[in-house]
Amino acid sequence: MQPILDLRRRPAGALIGLALVAIALVALPFVLTGIGTFWVRITNLAILFCLLALGLNIVVGFAGLLDLGYIAFYAVGAYVYALLASPHFNLHLPFWIILPIGGLVACFFGVILGAPTLKLRGDYLAIVTLGFGEIIRIFMNNLSQPVNITNGPQGVARIDPFRIGAFDFSATERIFGLTFTGPMKYYYLLLLVLLVVIAINLRLQDSRIGRAWEAIREDEIAARAMGINTRNMKLLAFAMGASFGGISGGIFSAIQGFVSPESFILVESIMVLAMVVLGGMGNVWGVVIGAVLLSFVPELLREWVGPAQQAAFGRTILDPEVIRMLLFGLALVLMMLYRPAGILPSALRKRELEQKRGPRL
Amino acid sequence: MSAAAAPAPSHEPLALLSAQGIGKRFGGVQALSEVSFTINHGEIYGLIGPNGAGKTTLFNVLTGIYDPDGGSFTFDGQPLNGLKPHEVAARGIARTFQNIRLFANLSALENVMIGRHVRTKAGVWGAIARTRRTRAEERGIEKRSLELLDYVGVASRANDLAKNLPYGFQRRLEIARALATEPKLLALDEPAAGMNATETQSLESLLHDIRRDGTTILLIEHDMKLVMSVCDRVLVLDYGKKIAEGPAAAVQKDPAVISAYLGGEIALNLKGA
Repeated sequence: MQPILDLRRRPAGALIGLALVAIALVALPFVLTGIGTFWVRITNLAILFCLLALGLNIVVGFAGLLDLGYIAFYAVGAYVYALLASPHFNLHLPFWIILPIGGLVACFFGVILGAPTLKLRGDYLAIVTLGFGEIIRIFMNNLSQPVNITNGPQGVARIDPFRIGAFDFSATERIFGLTFTGPMKYYYLLLLVLLVVIAINLRLQDSRIGRAWEAIREDEIAARAMGINTRNMKLLAFAMGASFGGISGGIFSAIQGFVSPESFILVESIMVLAMVVLGGMGNVWGVVIGAVLLSFVPELLREWVGPAQQAAFGRTILDPEVIRMLLFGLALVLMMLYRPAGILPSALRKRELEQKRGPRL
Repeated sequence: MSAAAAPAPSHEPLALLSAQGIGKRFGGVQALSEVSFTINHGEIYGLIGPNGAGKTTLFNVLTGIYDPDGGSFTFDGQPLNGLKPHEVAARGIARTFQNIRLFANLSALENVMIGRHVRTKAGVWGAIARTRRTRAEERGIEKRSLELLDYVGVASRANDLAKNLPYGFQRRLEIARALATEPKLLALDEPAAGMNATETQSLESLLHDIRRDGTTILLIEHDMKLVMSVCDRVLVLDYGKKIAEGPAAAVQKDPAVISAYLGGEIALNLKGA
């Protein structure tokens, strides 16, 4: 199930490869800082999107439930952190208390969304989840009256960064003669969280629970006849996906120091879903690649599109922002035409797509 | 559902499943009406009848896919009423489907491993932490599943996708998956459909093996030769009603059964001849 991590099978090669990847990942922020601190921030956002995409992968990839409102859980986690660690309510709880709370609250919302939608599938489920995502965002936008809870469209500002004792993740300091900026420290933290989440995803997939999800996706009636409690298993998928989203949201809140409803619009949900689909639904490594690509490519295009036009025509003909999304959309369409199962398709998805083309059974 | 029709398992210690007055209506169609029967421990019990007689509906009502409009089932001394399909499976009734419903894109082994779900426990924490207990359980699941594949004769294709198996193997795999849930009653919906003579013959010996190893079988089948040779007793349905029940040989000669299968007039002619 997880050949990349199986060291027993290819001990020498795998260890060397793993070591090289580890060194590259550790050195990355220093290299990026050389190009511009801006890129470390983008990398951090990319890792956050990896976390989100891996959470959504549990719902969409493993259990096969199409969720178009996933960003709502990210929003819930972000707001829980923002409200419990900012001058807004004058609460300043430590992050290691708030993050689990954010995860739990998001998990609760996951169940709230999951319970009434258990009997819906495909397009219908997509529409309900889409509505749910919008409801959460609109609530965030309007819960400033009569009691000011979310501060409405202005959002919540001056959110506390992560702190452990005197160690402040947002401050720059010198350790062992090396300068660590705030984004760099967050980078290492995020990397650690990402590794944990990847491990959880891989282990879940290759377990009794993961098999039950696969069974539900393949044939729900047969799964029930085999004694799988499909209701609980679907709720579990929603709840787990949501809590990953909630925890990521909390980290996002702390890194940005500011949250507003604008960060959680529908396009963000669709972006995360696109990462999962593009990378390869159900394939953990594929999803990570999808998230990294879709986070970086638009930024790279933003950097290049303007200068490229300047060089070619001497002036900017098309707004970089417009052409960026155009190229991005085109890339997605081509991907779906030529690699419909994603960059790294899960074995299962690949078979399903083949089956739809060829004769069934 | 009348609560008054309390079953009395103590009167019949042999009864594994008893159905009392099962009814099921779909709109204007009375798919089942007042069907009662008893299946004893260790029996192979046949369920036959012309197409549309209500056999599969009876299966679906029994396994919790539909709720009956009336009547009740008693299984192993406990009422089955109102249970969901997964609860019925947990009680010990496993089924196969008339149109094979394997997890087509999973391997044969994975299909059977999913059947072990209901008899194993590992939850989210077990899966993430890979506790000693979970690892032991996983090994047990795989070992048992391989044994079952071997038992039904599909072991040589354990790693093939279910959809790539030959038809007869798919039928057998579905039986292995059902057996993985450790059923007391194995309900098979036309397991021989589409099989050639050789495949049917080996299915017959498999059914005998399963019974010998202690599992009671409820068998829907159109292949009369198979029914006559394996079933101890047979229930005949026609238009949702029970028209005959008894030992296979006796049922075969029952005029009501002949007329249901061949049409009233032909049956009369046969009688006259």
